[in-house]
Amino acid sequence: MAETQFAESQTIRVRVNGQEYEREVPVRRLLADFIRHDLGLTATHLGCEHGVCGACTIIMDGESVRSCLLFAVQADGAELQTLEGLANGDEMHPLQQAFWDNHALQCGFCTSGFLMSAVDLLDKNPQPSEEEIRYGLSGNLCRCTGYANIVKAVQAVAEQSLRHGSGQVQS
Amino acid sequence: MKPAPFTYACPGSVDEALALLQAGGDEAKVLAGGQSFVPLLNLRMASVESIVDLNRLNDLAYIRRDTDTLCIGAMTRHRQIEVSDEVQTAQPLLCRAAAEVGHLAIRNRGTLGGSLVHADPAAEWPLVAAALDAQLVLRSTDNSRTIAAREFFLAPLMTAIEPTEILCEVRFPVAPAGAVWGFQELCRRPGDFAIVAIACQLTLDDGGTCSTASLAVGGAHSTPLHVAEVEPIIIGSQGDAAVMTAAAEKAAAAVDPSGDVHGSADYRRRMVKVLTQRALKEAWGQKRKRVLQ
Repeated sequence: MAETQFAESQTIRVRVNGQEYEREVPVRRLLADFIRHDLGLTATHLGCEHGVCGACTIIMDGESVRSCLLFAVQADGAELQTLEGLANGDEMHPLQQAFWDNHALQCGFCTSGFLMSAVDLLDKNPQPSEEEIRYGLSGNLCRCTGYANIVKAVQAVAEQSLRHGSGQVQS
Repeated sequence: MKPAPFTYACPGSVDEALALLQAGGDEAKVLAGGQSFVPLLNLRMASVESIVDLNRLNDLAYIRRDTDTLCIGAMTRHRQIEVSDEVQTAQPLLCRAAAEVGHLAIRNRGTLGGSLVHADPAAEWPLVAAALDAQLVLRSTDNSRTIAAREFFLAPLMTAIEPTEILCEVRFPVAPAGAVWGFQELCRRPGDFAIVAIACQLTLDDGGTCSTASLAVGGAHSTPLHVAEVEPIIIGSQGDAAVMTAAAEKAAAAVDPSGDVHGSADYRRRMVKVLTQRALKEAWGQKRKRVLQ
């Protein structure tokens, strides 16, 4: 058994949006800061930095998590998806397109967190009711829209996937 | 809004984690899901010299039924409990409580054990553990002991765990035949901590007469409070309104709430009464629903 020691920094390897990265990081670096500063992927936003606002939500190993409540070292070996990984080249992800079509953002600060939470929500429940959408997104705060158009956008994608007969939202 | 420097270790086994904790002394702290601990570090309301991260200990993440006991590993995530068929069958109150914990992204990461050791008196798991008389299995390098949840919580964020111990397993009694339950939580927004919450489990015979009862209050006392005084009132009754009111008044008299921005002490005490009535009504309502089916 390898003896684990207390360390101040550690080399980690992560896969973000399909690309491998290897970096040495101080152990106290938050995953959100690692994504933004070390990797330069600035679509992930930091609002409150203590797990209340949801702006920093990303997908880690298939589940939505708050990247401000994880240390980068905890993501060693993990597969991450950030907002940068949603679009397919120039073609927006259906959720992004629906946000655009339904005017589901104003200042845009919270948007990436909402999109990543909505990805996980629809992944677990492809046809949610309005109530389920509101409950599923209740961990994300938006100070501009009043949420109505965000809910509408997610509903639009759910209806789309129903029409196409596929349970999954394709990216 | 960044944590102060610390050293970090991520062991691969419980034994290794216990040895690291022992080596780290009083200044080493355990990191479970981190959904309460990391905010405290980020806000610098807490700082630690060393962190022992339990997140690679997959052998502490399990749900296992052992006849009349449901054993859940301390590193089991809230979400795993929420959607578990095994838990739904054995003790459905746990699934109901799990769904009330934080938000989806919090439940994907936060753990049963972490919530219990964090010991927020308004959190769902401490409340349900007290209501169901859960047993907690604690380990250190040279010892293993079991403590009742009802004795584990000492004060807000204070428990009977020693600095060198790790909570490894939580044992809930499986709901007996005829069991019904109630769970009522008052909060401003979904996912918030409770202003007041009530969890109860009753056993009812075919005619709806109560033979065992157990009820706990969250958010209105320095710890989750098991209110044994309500039990003699409820046992033997058929859940008529007068009994529920008497039990609710007893519960409201038992708590010693403190006030904050979310609600004054008086308001909380009043809500203990209201929510206790609703929880008991919910429990007896389950029985009626079963009879109709």
